[in-house]
Amino acid sequence: MWRFETHPERVAAIDDTGARITRGQIAALAEVVRGVVPGRQLIFCLCSNTLGSLAGYAAFLESRIVPLLVSSGLDQALLGRLAEIYRPAFLWAPQALVAALAEAAHVVEPPVLSDHGYALLRTRYEPVPLHDELALLLSTSGSTGSPHFVRQSYENLAANAASIIEYLGIGADERPITTLPMEYSYGLSIINAHLGAGATVLVTPRTLVEKEFWGLFKRERATSFGGVPYTYAMLKRLRFAGMDLPSLKTMTQAGGRLPPELHREFAEHARATGRRFFVMYGQTEATARMSYLPPEGSLEKCGSIGIAIPGGEFSLTDGQGNTITQPEVTGELVYRGPNVTLGYAHSAADLGKGDDNGRMLVTGDMARRDADGYYYIVGRKKRFIKVFGNRVNLDEVEQLIQSAFPGPECACVGRDDQVVIFIVGDHAAADVRRFIAGKTGLHPSAFQVTTIPAIPKSSAGKTLYAQLEASLGEQ
Amino acid sequence: MTNLQKYTKAFVEAFDVAEDALPTLVYQAVPSWDSVGHMGLMAVLEEAFGITLDIDDVIDFSSFVRGQELLRKYGVEI
Repeated sequence: MWRFETHPERVAAIDDTGARITRGQIAALAEVVRGVVPGRQLIFCLCSNTLGSLAGYAAFLESRIVPLLVSSGLDQALLGRLAEIYRPAFLWAPQALVAALAEAAHVVEPPVLSDHGYALLRTRYEPVPLHDELALLLSTSGSTGSPHFVRQSYENLAANAASIIEYLGIGADERPITTLPMEYSYGLSIINAHLGAGATVLVTPRTLVEKEFWGLFKRERATSFGGVPYTYAMLKRLRFAGMDLPSLKTMTQAGGRLPPELHREFAEHARATGRRFFVMYGQTEATARMSYLPPEGSLEKCGSIGIAIPGGEFSLTDGQGNTITQPEVTGELVYRGPNVTLGYAHSAADLGKGDDNGRMLVTGDMARRDADGYYYIVGRKKRFIKVFGNRVNLDEVEQLIQSAFPGPECACVGRDDQVVIFIVGDHAAADVRRFIAGKTGLHPSAFQVTTIPAIPKSSAGKTLYAQLEASLGEQ
Repeated sequence: MTNLQKYTKAFVEAFDVAEDALPTLVYQAVPSWDSVGHMGLMAVLEEAFGITLDIDDVIDFSSFVRGQELLRKYGVEI
């Protein structure tokens, strides 16, 4: 996939202990893997931002073994349930989890092989049929253990990485540092594009609020990082502008709408320091990336998601399916390109399926285009929002709360990085908040619970979400 | 309220943990003390003690115990 046999001496990744792995070592691991895994198989990768996780993932892709990525922090019971649904022939997991996994996922001990703190474990599941083009399975929902996955093809991965390499101008001298989970499509796209460009990825499970993260950043001279809106809010609080980071050249943002004032602040900071700041837009259904705002336009077009990536194309459609040709008219955003994924999977039975989408993705986002051809997202068609980069279905949140706290009604609306839950009655707001944070795996601060006398309804009995949203502005 | 009470209250409220778990509590030991929770805790402590934490201390604030040492620099004895 990424031609590791060329330039085998180049370092593909460095971790926070200073350990490194070369492209040649990944190619050698792929060779070993092919010796122990018979043909194309499904394998669960329990991901972390470590050398073992990255090397295994890359070696499996290289060997046309199909990884399904989940967090290594996924609850064991949820993992066991997911394994029952997808029946992976193997697991790639941190050594530390091997004993626990023997219980959860029908593992046969001992491990088949070990590398960089990870172990390859065989399971008792029979092989499941896999479509020839299927390369990878990625979740859209973060850490909830939902069986809803996106089927990505080899062409999808190659095409999206090539587009990203082109518009970001990624060369072999780049050194991005990880700030996002590897199993998250945006985090993975950074790894894929840089492996594709022959660059070196700095991997660390540490977060922005730990000095070990910044130690690695400075020691190994990171040149770029990506962030979701919350990352930028946090960087601002960390007084990022005052940090001495001479190696940093590029910052990228995706995973939800960046509030315009933060967009402006980072765009101005980048301009003043000679750095590049890219605001981007994407979905796992499009492998990762669909658009980018060229840094030259980051101030003039503040709030825009920019233009389609090389090889892709946007259009807007009205409610009747007609293409909108005039500027400044809102319609549903439609994307076409070779990175539009094959479709969804909900169980092992879907893994033999081919392309459901025909390279066209109806995004579910409502957008407008200005006279210069730049796109602006104005809202969601469906009731989804992104919180800390994770997609949250507001209807699902309502249903979860209603089933756990029966009786009084509730209604949810979204705003940047927060779900606001309106609830009628005397339920303890803290209980509701704790419950829904636990269910979704998101931080409790992602939820605000407000008690109101009644949920506003139309004469037809439909919840008036617009009225609830408007009430937020008054707070 | 003593400084220790204020400090304890900040942790209990930020992370929804029991008081007796605090002496051994470290970053990421509970799901609520992630990077999001961390910045929330910093804001509460700054407010409670009327201080502005230096960036180097924000990223060095790795445990309940370590935080007490760091706050001493700001004249906050716990």
